[in-house]
Amino acid sequence: MGPAEDLFFTVYKLPIYSPWLLVSYSSTTTFYVSKSYLIMDVEYDVIVLGTGLKECILSGLLSVDGLKVLHMDRNDYYGGESSSLNLVQLWKRFRGDNKPPEQLGSSKEYNVDMIPKFMMANGALVRVLIHTDVTKYLNFKAVDGSFVYNKSKIYKVPATDVEALKSPLMGLFEKRRARKFFIYVQDYEDNDPKSHEGLDLTKVKARDIISKYGLDDNTVDFIGHALALHIDDSYLDEPALDFIKRMKLYAESLARFEGGSPYIYPLYGLGELPQAFARLSAVYGGTYMLNKPECKVEFDANGKAFGVTSEGETAKCKKVVCDPSYLPDKVKKVGKVARAICIMSHPIPETSESHSVQVILPQKQLGRKSDMYLFCCSYTHNVAPKGKYIAFVSTEAETDQPEAELKPGIELLGPVDEIFYEIYDRYEPINNHDEDHCFISEASFLSFLYYYVSYDGTTHFESTVQDVLAMYSKITGKVLDLSVDLSAASAAAEE
Amino acid sequence: MATTGNNNLNAKLVLLGDMGAGKSSLVLRFVKGQFLEFQESTIGAAFFSQTLAVNDATVKFEIWDTAGQERYHSLAPMYYRGAAAAIIVYDITSTESFTRAKKWVQELQKQGNPSMVMAFAGNKADLEEKRKVTAEEARLYAEENGLFFMETSAKNATNVNDVFYEIARRLPRAQPSQNPAGMVLVDRPADRSQAAKCCS
Repeated sequence: MGPAEDLFFTVYKLPIYSPWLLVSYSSTTTFYVSKSYLIMDVEYDVIVLGTGLKECILSGLLSVDGLKVLHMDRNDYYGGESSSLNLVQLWKRFRGDNKPPEQLGSSKEYNVDMIPKFMMANGALVRVLIHTDVTKYLNFKAVDGSFVYNKSKIYKVPATDVEALKSPLMGLFEKRRARKFFIYVQDYEDNDPKSHEGLDLTKVKARDIISKYGLDDNTVDFIGHALALHIDDSYLDEPALDFIKRMKLYAESLARFEGGSPYIYPLYGLGELPQAFARLSAVYGGTYMLNKPECKVEFDANGKAFGVTSEGETAKCKKVVCDPSYLPDKVKKVGKVARAICIMSHPIPETSESHSVQVILPQKQLGRKSDMYLFCCSYTHNVAPKGKYIAFVSTEAETDQPEAELKPGIELLGPVDEIFYEIYDRYEPINNHDEDHCFISEASFLSFLYYYVSYDGTTHFESTVQDVLAMYSKITGKVLDLSVDLSAASAAAEE
Repeated sequence: MATTGNNNLNAKLVLLGDMGAGKSSLVLRFVKGQFLEFQESTIGAAFFSQTLAVNDATVKFEIWDTAGQERYHSLAPMYYRGAAAAIIVYDITSTESFTRAKKWVQELQKQGNPSMVMAFAGNKADLEEKRKVTAEEARLYAEENGLFFMETSAKNATNVNDVFYEIARRLPRAQPSQNPAGMVLVDRPADRSQAAKCCS
């Protein structure tokens, strides 16, 4: 290539407070280069665009691996669509003005997630947090309750053999059958064939193991959707292993923090997570630039990404990681999500006064094709002022009328102070990263506000993390081993 | 927020100021008693803890360094969240760093909590011959804005420990915790979770 590449440069480290770097080549010539100039001038291993949760986790993992990372966002705040908004930001977005009603309290005390999700206490995201030591930047609290909607009523989700016997969800004989099934699941260990009871779960279908225990449809409905967290019924015809593992994850997560649910949630909202991973990336040398307009990915003649241009400067890189909003030509729409965000002054009725709770409404209970989720969180997680609750209702949209579609969920909330409706599209990458060196997180596109969203409609983090881990492997050719950390994970109360 | 228990305080302390003012050097001097002439950007360590005993209590500082995120003004709100104290650092040989330090004070007043203890540190006091910012000018600014002021030198250790001790003395003692604190996930087996596991 050009002669410049043949020159041998040595960069001398000057004191950190120097804005200059001393560079020499051919041992006779030295000159100073502005550090800020070099920010755009060096070649990065990876440029990450967008500071959503997935992008920030990846940025952190890649920086820790020693890769040179530049991370940019067109917004002047972290989190993209996974940020948490204060009241003024919420009003700006949904009501087009800056004046939320005074009786709702201080704007600053609100941290309203745009993509609310609880984390499985024993799940993959917790493993990533512990693996990377990002936990030290975050405070979590257990979620009070996990409920399921059944025949127009809300019930606590029974997750163990003992709870099954107590649950009013089932009749007397069904309870005993469910108890036996729960014991089978609790005892099942991959490497202990005795616990398999002669069944090869990689071959036996979920449907068949359910009929072996004689469970009725009602029981299967809450186990499949509220415990195994399947979003539809297609799992019934898949090998049962995944179904059993999901049930085990739920039960083990429930046992971890002795809360009323298997979920945990960060104080101040989910928007803390991308910030924490961004800090991890920065601590390991990642460079952060917010408020960078455009962020146009540049491609060479072969269609391979070689850099990103913003404000007339092009930073070069080997690979680009981004959410779909930065490469709209390389994604396709795969669905849409309807959601309602509500501010309330009471907990969701019939949830034992839980200050944080998830209620799953299985598809069949509503005559739908996909489940609906209620999520509620409050001042106890520092996401609202004292006495206020934030509730969400969301589902994979089957119509264009979120208000009508979400009605069964909204009706369970009781009176609300304020309610906002939204429909957004979900997108998936269609590019070939071997050719274009672009790695796009699976995401969604908000149809009318020109916003993108990086999550599917489900309410826990497992799918988010799977996508991140798959992207990590594609980018680095390595597998992130998180298995060791799981059994060691626990929590310490802050002094 | 500073949290208390038996006269033991936990206090998050954040450092602010421009790149090159000597934030990391101050922390390294305080925590490890070290000074490196050619301190590179702190990689892999931007979180320190150090415990100080003052008259009536022990104060455990959790010190957050900027990790370079101040360079393009991309510090996250999380950085300020819950901070009980802040040290705003400038370089006495650079008027620009002094001007920018005042901007950081404004940012803190906007983002931080009102009861935060703020220290204004004019660092590199050993470079007297290159001084551009007078101590009087800085002291006046600090007084007007409710900060306490000291000139420091991470290089020869002047006033470094003093800044941290003064913060420890000024931290409010019995802080009513507005909420039960959350939990920090740690990498350590917990006995109770194992006990809770055997449920049949």
